[in-house]
Amino acid sequence: MTKPKIAFYWCASCGGCEEAVVDLGEDLLAVVELVEVAFWPVALDFKREDVEALDDGELAAAFLNGAVRTSEQEEMARLLRRKAAAVVAFGSCAMHGGVPGLANLHESRDILDVAYREAPSVQNDEGTLPARESRVPEGQLMLPEFGATVRTLDQVIDVDYYLPGCPPPPGLIASAVTALVEGKLPAKGAVLAPDVALCSQCPRAATKPDKLLVQTFRRPHEVLIDTDLCLLAQGLVCLGPATRAGCAAACPGGNMPCTGCMGPTSGVVDYGAKALSAIASLLDADGGDEIAARVAEIADPVGTFYRYSLPASLLHRRVRTAAREEKEEVAP
Amino acid sequence: MSESEFQPKIVAFFCTWCTYTAADLTGISRLAYAPNVRVIRLMCSGRLDPQFVLAAFRHGADGVLVGGCHPGDCHYQEGNYKARRRIELLRAVLRDLGIADQRLRLEWISASEGEKVQRVCNQMTEELRGLGPLRLDRPQRDAAELAGEPR
Repeated sequence: MTKPKIAFYWCASCGGCEEAVVDLGEDLLAVVELVEVAFWPVALDFKREDVEALDDGELAAAFLNGAVRTSEQEEMARLLRRKAAAVVAFGSCAMHGGVPGLANLHESRDILDVAYREAPSVQNDEGTLPARESRVPEGQLMLPEFGATVRTLDQVIDVDYYLPGCPPPPGLIASAVTALVEGKLPAKGAVLAPDVALCSQCPRAATKPDKLLVQTFRRPHEVLIDTDLCLLAQGLVCLGPATRAGCAAACPGGNMPCTGCMGPTSGVVDYGAKALSAIASLLDADGGDEIAARVAEIADPVGTFYRYSLPASLLHRRVRTAAREEKEEVAP
Repeated sequence: MSESEFQPKIVAFFCTWCTYTAADLTGISRLAYAPNVRVIRLMCSGRLDPQFVLAAFRHGADGVLVGGCHPGDCHYQEGNYKARRRIELLRAVLRDLGIADQRLRLEWISASEGEKVQRVCNQMTEELRGLGPLRLDRPQRDAAELAGEPR
């Protein structure tokens, strides 16, 4: 019997998702027994041509991590979609945009300016920016297009399953691969993780007060964190109430508040809106000024509530400024 | 489109006990107000899920108006305080996403304040007319840009 073929690919990501696969440890050997890895650029020497040579749908599954920004990422996503019977959005970035998605707070041109011209460590006297094409004596060089915005995988291609987390916990990866090999996958569109809030898995759950009220928000570095008490009860912005379980509460267990990498439970359209709603409801303040003072204690609200999900949110990105819009409209 | 022709769309979420009743009174009193406001009735301003506000913007609203009972008057004791907290935090998020504070407005309007509904709706319509339309990007549009936009 031939083993089912699978592929791993990375788009706009940090490599942590690949690391999570390796973190399966010896269980990875069991996975390799069951499947044939047909493409995994980070670990094995396959080329794009090898994928192109496959029949359409020949891959049992393609696991794609990372958000989509460049034209190369988009092309690879489309290619793998064609070759795979099932596509799994692997990790927060593929699923919701992830931390790279916070680039949607800025214009692509500004990002290039900072990265290639303004950063203190950069020496670029001619102010060169990456260009799609450049002529050099040896001929013409091509780079992928740096897209105008960061998109989730399902804003680019049809996605069959979602494996959340930054990175996805090894246990969920192993059960997803097993389910795939055994043909026991749930309905298309399913998130391969438990559908309950993180608080239900949290080792601190018993210490969550019945009526939770927050007098002052504090950041983790500003306070000596009690290792047993509910983090919200200590005034830390813990997004456990709005976040999907499945990570065995790794962060609260490690004395850090949940930042929401597992995304929302089912039925929630916009994770950040739900998360901020949950946190705002806990404020022990009634007056306008008092509320404003508490809100001001939350540094970087977008980065707090949309840390992993800005591209997937209802607004998708920061609204372009009027000046820039007008400039765009007059441009040919 | 010139600015004078721009007709802002406002989605208003009014609580059934105070502001929605006040809007009825506005009509009964034959007080005309800007037709730019589309009212959605909620049982309480505390029912306002911040997702509703974002969905309104996503579907073309230029502004969102929330009307609830005055502090201390909530039919459910504290729903209006919850709305106030959520809106304050939501506004902080919207600010960083480039959406001006004036596009999300919270007003306390009791059932007897029909005139205030008129004033607030007219005022907000004028303010938004000044601000201009809210243009949100769509991932699809960005996809088109990715495919062919010269930079």
